[in-house]
Amino acid sequence: MAALTPELRDLQSEIFGYAVEFGLDCFTTNFEMVDYRQMCEIASYGGFPVRYPHWRFGMEYDHMLKSHTYGLSKIYELVINTDPCYAYLLEGNSLVDQKLVMAHVFGHCDFFKNNAFFAHTDRRMIDGMANNAARVRRYMERHGVSAVESFIDVCLSLDNLIDPWAAQRGASRARPISEEPPEIEAGRLPTSRGYLEGFINPPELLAAEKERRRAEEEAQRRKLPRSPERDVLGFLVQHAPLESWEADVLGIIREEAYYFLPQMQTKIMNEGWASYWHSKIMTTRALRDAEVIDYADAASGVMATAPGRLNPYKLGIELFRDIEERWDRGLFGKDWAENESAAARASWDQRLGLGKQKLFEVRSIYNDVTFLDEFFTADFCERQRFFTTRENRRSGRVEVEGREFAKIKQRMLGQLTNFGQPFIFVLDANYQNRGELLLGHRHEGTDLRLDYARETLRGLERIWRRPAALLTVLDERPKRIRFDGAEISVSDEPAAQKLWS
Amino acid sequence: MISRIEQDHSRFREIIRGKVRQNLRKYMARGDIIAPQGKGSVTIPMPQINIPRFTFGDNSGGGVGQGEGQPGDPVDGAQQPGQGKGKAGEGEGDKALEIEVSLDELAEILGEELGLPRIQPKGVHALETRKDRYVGLRSTGPESLRSFKATYKRALRRQIAMGTYDPRRPVIVPIREDRRYRSWRTDPRPHSNAVIIYMMDVSGSMGDEQKEIVRIESFWIDTWLRSQYKGLQSRYIIHDATARLVEREVFFRTRESGGTMISSAYKLCNELIDAEFDPEHWNVYAFHFSDGDNWSVDDTSACVRLLRDVLLPRVNLFGYGQVESPYGSGQFIKDLRGAFAKNELLITSEIKGREEIMDSIREFLRRGR
Repeated sequence: MAALTPELRDLQSEIFGYAVEFGLDCFTTNFEMVDYRQMCEIASYGGFPVRYPHWRFGMEYDHMLKSHTYGLSKIYELVINTDPCYAYLLEGNSLVDQKLVMAHVFGHCDFFKNNAFFAHTDRRMIDGMANNAARVRRYMERHGVSAVESFIDVCLSLDNLIDPWAAQRGASRARPISEEPPEIEAGRLPTSRGYLEGFINPPELLAAEKERRRAEEEAQRRKLPRSPERDVLGFLVQHAPLESWEADVLGIIREEAYYFLPQMQTKIMNEGWASYWHSKIMTTRALRDAEVIDYADAASGVMATAPGRLNPYKLGIELFRDIEERWDRGLFGKDWAENESAAARASWDQRLGLGKQKLFEVRSIYNDVTFLDEFFTADFCERQRFFTTRENRRSGRVEVEGREFAKIKQRMLGQLTNFGQPFIFVLDANYQNRGELLLGHRHEGTDLRLDYARETLRGLERIWRRPAALLTVLDERPKRIRFDGAEISVSDEPAAQKLWS
Repeated sequence: MISRIEQDHSRFREIIRGKVRQNLRKYMARGDIIAPQGKGSVTIPMPQINIPRFTFGDNSGGGVGQGEGQPGDPVDGAQQPGQGKGKAGEGEGDKALEIEVSLDELAEILGEELGLPRIQPKGVHALETRKDRYVGLRSTGPESLRSFKATYKRALRRQIAMGTYDPRRPVIVPIREDRRYRSWRTDPRPHSNAVIIYMMDVSGSMGDEQKEIVRIESFWIDTWLRSQYKGLQSRYIIHDATARLVEREVFFRTRESGGTMISSAYKLCNELIDAEFDPEHWNVYAFHFSDGDNWSVDDTSACVRLLRDVLLPRVNLFGYGQVESPYGSGQFIKDLRGAFAKNELLITSEIKGREEIMDSIREFLRRGR
């Protein structure tokens, strides 16, 4: 790792100047120069060279190093969400590449600092990760590497079971438990004739009914969790019978999962924003005549779309450009929506010039789902030539299915919802009154991958130390998958269907 | 200091090795991991190295793409490796679940798993050759080895230091002290001093499955011996009623229909040792695979004679592997066992099917010769 050469330092301050001029608001950014091995190393650690030891980082590294060596992919740049922000440049890249990367990095950095979904992330995560790593190392020394490592494996297999809205929900969660529940009224049947009261609502029946309702209420109150719980990891940290080091490790995995979550929720926006700004800064300011071809080459590589594959860089930048144009020309609102004349729409220009303002607003308060939901319009979809794909069962190949806007949009949103992960809840910590753990999968059209689900249940059983089960739907039939510590069973479970209706 | 990633990386390799070891019997029974000749590694399919999660299966009913195309047009290459700016830690990505393991590593795993002893090479003076490599520079030497670049640089440096260098007229005149010559180092290289002679019965009774078993066995024998000897050589002999020396490819592909005279192969093997591999200097390994159906009792006794008198005294090991085939009588192995019950140099092994390849290899190699 090395500091920048004076030449690159000058470039950095030059480009930072442009970024400020355009209104970007970044943390202090430290660039460091690394060779490709170091780049692969840092990248496999998710940007943090100080993570806890685990074999999967080695696997990532193996994979990246190979694809780099074979020339399949190249990591140009890496930037992490901390204050100050750290970014890594690849040694041996041409000057124009480094400029592009710097401009791109400032885009990311502004996004990290100003997007609402990053607001609650720990900006001193480098220290946090280092502390976590030190603790994990200590546990490994005390309890053995493989014991701790296999426990980390289990925790990692659950690290997508978190609540993406936990941060926003934080305040309401902490409401105090109400002291005494209100008196329960037994259902008294209405009667207009006083002398019938004793027959219609006999006192002993009323008393029994009251008792029954009270017991039900009580059972409900004792039930854990009170309502289905999205934050499965958090629930396990609190309630699973774990050794203290195990609870700490699980907490570490959870903390890091939450830290990386916003990056998954805003991938398209984040890359789109950074690409928008590298393009703007390079083409209007930083680019020298001799560098145009090299720049175009690099930029087109980044923006390339292969059929059948979505490029978040491309989708993001085009959406931002579209927004800018629409709010500059006033292509929104009631008048615009109701005007159906193609000629009028083509030449529509209210000279509002609100584009830039809108851009900054969008980058602050949207995430990928809301971003696409609001700005992925039929016009845009058609212009950008989107289509849906489908696997042809006979030939086994993936084919173009059609260009129906509603379907395209629904698919896209479906893929992004809940950062692309299934909805899994903790339903009952005392399932069948036997202390078993019951999870539920809210089925929204796509089945779970069964072999993985089985393995994950094994991990849950390891943590809960009692059988664990999952209610889900497989091939449109409600099922329960359960691991009892010895074997996996899959059985029909009608209750799985009723859960969410 | 070893960097962190190196530790994690070696941990990852360890896990892979553990998996390979666990499933070694399975891998040994299949032919598809066998490396092409000359490639130093094998590719091993590795199920489930990824961390399992509750994730979506693949019945999501398709995706979204961008670009030209009519409904029904195939969308090519769902996973085209493009030039991209990958950002780390985002998404798992589909990884090829194939792991590359070098042959050395594979041999090590094989050795550990089967408990194979290291081989004590025969003959103390391993042959060595010397090889010269140009590695550096020195200030004397023949003109033919003069390094122009180094000489020029030194001359330039000297002229700048002396102040006689004129950028407008950049003439460089080297003097004797500027001259640099390439120098070499002599590396001793242990000469290849082991040879495996494979013999195989290709008569009509040996079917494709039998040959496949032989191919897999020979791969593992190769792998192990190669890890014990630098630069191991192999020779291949096929025989039916007559024997021929062939190339590796021919060895595994040939199919004849004639009868079987095993002695023809043993004779040829003997001649080969005479001609090329003096047992004084060479560690000779001979392996013969057959379905155990020999032409006549006379020929079998000729084989026994050949083995006892000329072959066994000259080889480190003679392995006979009998592959079960629906046509063979399987008599030959009984004859051999009868004749050489006490001889440690001759090892016989019956291979009933692919599952038994591992046991057979262990049988052949466990004596450490």
